[in-house]
Amino acid sequence: MTTNILEMRGITKTFPGVKALQDVSLEVQRGHVHAICGENGAGKSTLMKVLSGVYPAGTYEGEIHFENELCEFKDIKGSEAAGIVIIHQELALSPYLSIAENIFLGNEQARNGFVDWNRTNLEASKLLARVGLNDNPITKITDLGVGKQQLVEIAKALSKRVKLLILDEPTAALNDEDSAHLLGLIKHLQGQGITSIIISHKLNEIKAIADKVTIIRDGRTIETLDMHADEISEERIIKGMVGRDLDQRYPDHTPTIGAELLRVEDWTVHHPVDQSRQVVKNASFNVRAGEIVGIAGLMGAGRTELAMSIFGHSYGTKISGRVYKNGQEIKTNTVSAAIKHGIAYATEDRKHYGLNLLDNIMRNVSGAALDKLSRWGWVDSNKENLVAEGYRRSMKIKAATVAAVTGKLSGGNQQKVVLSKWMFANPDVLILDEPTRGIDVGAKYEIYTIINQLADEGKGIVVISSELPELLGICDRIYTLSEGRITANVPREKATAEYLMQYMTQEKEA
Amino acid sequence: MLALRSALHYLAGQLRQVGLFIALIVIILFFQVTTNGITLAPINVSNLIVQNSYILILAIGMVMVIIAGHIDLSVGSVVAFVGAMSGVMITQWGLPWWLAIIFCLAIGALVGMWQGFWIAYFGIPAFIVTLAGMLTFRGLTQIALQNQQISPFPDSFRSLGSGFLPDLGGGTSALEPLTVIIGVIATVALVAQDLRQRAARRKHNLEDEPFAWFLAKMIFTALLILLITYLLAGYRGTPIVLIVLGLLTVVYSAVMANSVWGRHIYAIGGNRFAAELSGVKVKRVTFTLFVNMGILAALAGLVFTAQLNLANPKAGDGFELDAIAAVFIGGAAVTGGIGTVMGAIIGGLIIGILNNGMSILGVGTEYQQLIKGLVLLAAVAFDVFNKRRAASSTK
Repeated sequence: MTTNILEMRGITKTFPGVKALQDVSLEVQRGHVHAICGENGAGKSTLMKVLSGVYPAGTYEGEIHFENELCEFKDIKGSEAAGIVIIHQELALSPYLSIAENIFLGNEQARNGFVDWNRTNLEASKLLARVGLNDNPITKITDLGVGKQQLVEIAKALSKRVKLLILDEPTAALNDEDSAHLLGLIKHLQGQGITSIIISHKLNEIKAIADKVTIIRDGRTIETLDMHADEISEERIIKGMVGRDLDQRYPDHTPTIGAELLRVEDWTVHHPVDQSRQVVKNASFNVRAGEIVGIAGLMGAGRTELAMSIFGHSYGTKISGRVYKNGQEIKTNTVSAAIKHGIAYATEDRKHYGLNLLDNIMRNVSGAALDKLSRWGWVDSNKENLVAEGYRRSMKIKAATVAAVTGKLSGGNQQKVVLSKWMFANPDVLILDEPTRGIDVGAKYEIYTIINQLADEGKGIVVISSELPELLGICDRIYTLSEGRITANVPREKATAEYLMQYMTQEKEA
Repeated sequence: MLALRSALHYLAGQLRQVGLFIALIVIILFFQVTTNGITLAPINVSNLIVQNSYILILAIGMVMVIIAGHIDLSVGSVVAFVGAMSGVMITQWGLPWWLAIIFCLAIGALVGMWQGFWIAYFGIPAFIVTLAGMLTFRGLTQIALQNQQISPFPDSFRSLGSGFLPDLGGGTSALEPLTVIIGVIATVALVAQDLRQRAARRKHNLEDEPFAWFLAKMIFTALLILLITYLLAGYRGTPIVLIVLGLLTVVYSAVMANSVWGRHIYAIGGNRFAAELSGVKVKRVTFTLFVNMGILAALAGLVFTAQLNLANPKAGDGFELDAIAAVFIGGAAVTGGIGTVMGAIIGGLIIGILNNGMSILGVGTEYQQLIKGLVLLAAVAFDVFNKRRAASSTK
């Protein structure tokens, strides 16, 4: 029997200024495990949010047919009632409630308004048995590892009589053993007639369990491949994911590369909570004066974790490895030590980690190097004004004066404030984490120009980005990062999107 | 027409600051009328300053704590504890008053270190640590005083709370000369400072304040100082505690605006993570912030004890709430990052004048509480409303 349980036809979803999805179609056969692949930002999660009612009917164009019925979900409750359950990347469990309470959260096993604890725990343990978890249902979520929490999410989905289970990057946060168990469980549920859609970057996993794979790129469906019909190689999937024209423009730049500025050796970082998990494993890399080095990696590869752990141990525990600056070993245990040694890190999340949005441009720009503007602990505010005003002009920050509050600036202008802050600190090595995230094309070009200028001044630049074209456009050398390991060190001449993607998805060496 | 519109637009941006001033003036005028002129009588103005001084001192420390995103519930108990210790030192140990004052300020610093340690380095929320402090220091007060009152204190110590600067006119002149001199110097210094800063900003082309507004604000403040000078000079002259308070206000305003430490406090309250990733030593700044609060609370305790001429186990009860209310009426944000020392002072004065005016009118304490509660709520509601309006106008 080959009936489709789900058909999404001509889905188009527009956000202000951006078409996130354009005429996307998806057919999922009953009883299949159907994978969805695509680069970061291709539109996979948006499509799943449309399907699960996070974006209600009416906010998108197109039709959703589930079990041969046209569905117009108003919210998640609507899609769940139909039997569609989505499990997000960030698990949505309440940490201090028990497993059983979480499974039946919003769906309490109650009698006359009072929870029937016997039934709650009994039903919960039945569900736990189905997902292969033999913990006591009264265990608190916080006492479980991430792998087991993922299983609780699935048990919760089963309690809602799920017919179509959607898993968004389910193994991104799991270790190998937990991943294998989870994939086995998805296969097992398939045997019980549950259809699954799995979004994943890990091509070996897709090969292992998927019946079909749909590739999405730039908000469009590219193709759907049958994993059984013909032998589909990982290269074949990669080609579909990245095969696009480089239509963005990058300023021309001829690098003048000097001596090595920063070298990191054997850098290993453990997860701050789950200390048994290595987020960064034996990473070694270097950057030379005047060089722009890229770090390419998919979501969850450990890019930000690598950078933040080097910058003052701002992420992770049990950090080991060595950092050399101009050939001398240095300690970067605190942020101020890292800054003193001439390292700067501009965050990927400027709203939460980069700016004081309540304060003005001037005070944000001076924030990382107030000591340069002060004597005996007193800030020379006239000098500060001049410095900030200088950056406002040279960086073309669009604001009337430096007294403008940063919270009211556009994303591109906020990013320029962050960059100004670190330029004023005058580091030798500048780590830029997603420097162009969430800003428009014109502002991106300006940021690239600034990055080139900084390199020409003899600084070493490390750019972390999930946009491969961006890395290919501006970097002199690119490291690929996969599951916390540096898998390749690719010079500009050899770098192509396919080549990088191959190493970005590479599993650990066998 | 265009100039008028841009001036109005500018004023709308300053609504909070202007509103606070207007509220203060309206309240003063209201009581001036309803009390038949008693409110602004020289003796009452002098009393107002003296009797609210310790709350204002606490409010200066409190606004800094709140800007950093914390709170301190223990200051009332610390006031009592320090008062008790000053009594023990002076009357039982026979220490000279100046040595007792130094020791008491050191006790305040120790109290701040104790609480700062648990908050900054151990990571317990300030609410919990200072709630515990509120109980423990109250307990220590009762132990130190063995549940007895200590009184009286020597005159030299009492002058810190209720003394006046010497009368240069020998008590015969209609206006006390020293007060007039101080008032005029303060006014001239203020005007000079304002003009100098504006000139510096204009030189670098950074001025965004309309000249008319700048002038109005400067003239208004100058007149206010001169009015207070005139009123004080007509009674007994300058209260010593006013000099203390004036110095604290000037120094701490400068610290919060222009010192690295003050900037770090704003940065931590505005975005703790961004501050950390900019190299701010968040723990150390938090620790020193509470040490500072402890010292100011000790100073408030000394002033209060000196004024009452009494160390009392129940002293300072509820002071923390008055100080916190002053800070929020003064425009500080509950979530931290926003607030000024001057705002907290004005907030404290509003509460003080409400207390004073209602007492003169014979309003019962039950209604006083009720009205103060509603004023606090209205001030913060106005803030929230203002913020929402600003947010919707930029979208």
